[in-house]
Amino acid sequence: MENKNEMILEVESRSCNEGLVRIAVAAFSTQLNPTLEEVADIKTAVSEAITNCIVHAYDTSTEKIRVECRNNKRELTVVVKDTGKGIEDIEKAMEPLYTTRPEQDRSGMGFAFMEAFMDQVTVESAPGKGTTVTMKKVIGRQNPVFE
Amino acid sequence: MEEYMKKRGTMLIIYIPRELDHHFAEQITRAIDQELERGAVRQLVFDFSNTDFMDSSGIGMIMGRKRLLSYSGGTVSAIHVNDRILRIMQLSGIYKHIEISQEPVWNYRKR
Repeated sequence: MENKNEMILEVESRSCNEGLVRIAVAAFSTQLNPTLEEVADIKTAVSEAITNCIVHAYDTSTEKIRVECRNNKRELTVVVKDTGKGIEDIEKAMEPLYTTRPEQDRSGMGFAFMEAFMDQVTVESAPGKGTTVTMKKVIGRQNPVFE
Repeated sequence: MEEYMKKRGTMLIIYIPRELDHHFAEQITRAIDQELERGAVRQLVFDFSNTDFMDSSGIGMIMGRKRLLSYSGGTVSAIHVNDRILRIMQLSGIYKHIEISQEPVWNYRKR
């Protein structure tokens, strides 16, 4: 069986959509037969990426967030794209505890959580041009029960 | 939001919903801060017995409330935390700042 699939989702940058995207990506990932722990990892990472779009990229306006998911053999790829304000210093933004919004109770752990829960996180961004976060995770490191 | 809170003397208990993300954290934060402004809260308790998802927005919410309460010498704790939530708390380093109890829920009360 060819183990390939793709899903593209576009939502408005409203906080009520965070749960929706998280659940949709988690449901998509179940085709790779993940453990509960892996599903929880994916949900957390996706939630962080979407929250970044809403809180930082689009800040005051409501625009579109595009989420692309791909299954390829055992690897899940999730791409979260916005066309918002972009990141000036990506390295700095990815530092744990660094945040531009301490007064809004942001913990500065967003990228740190994405990196902790996914195998690979890459960020492409330019000020004024938006940000693309690509996350990859190999599912089923332990032998899956069903094949 | 009031159904998520209970006040007992100087203790304010917050029943965290099933998922604590940026969306819910903002709403709960507003409700808690209103209550804190009235004063007389010395212990803030977050009850996670119903919760199976939390992301960094939850961490931000707890740390922010901890900061507010520390001015008046109050304490913050999290109870009935499951393994997943505990892992998030450990990763973020928040476990050094608040008291965390994993004790299971014996008397499960319906809200």
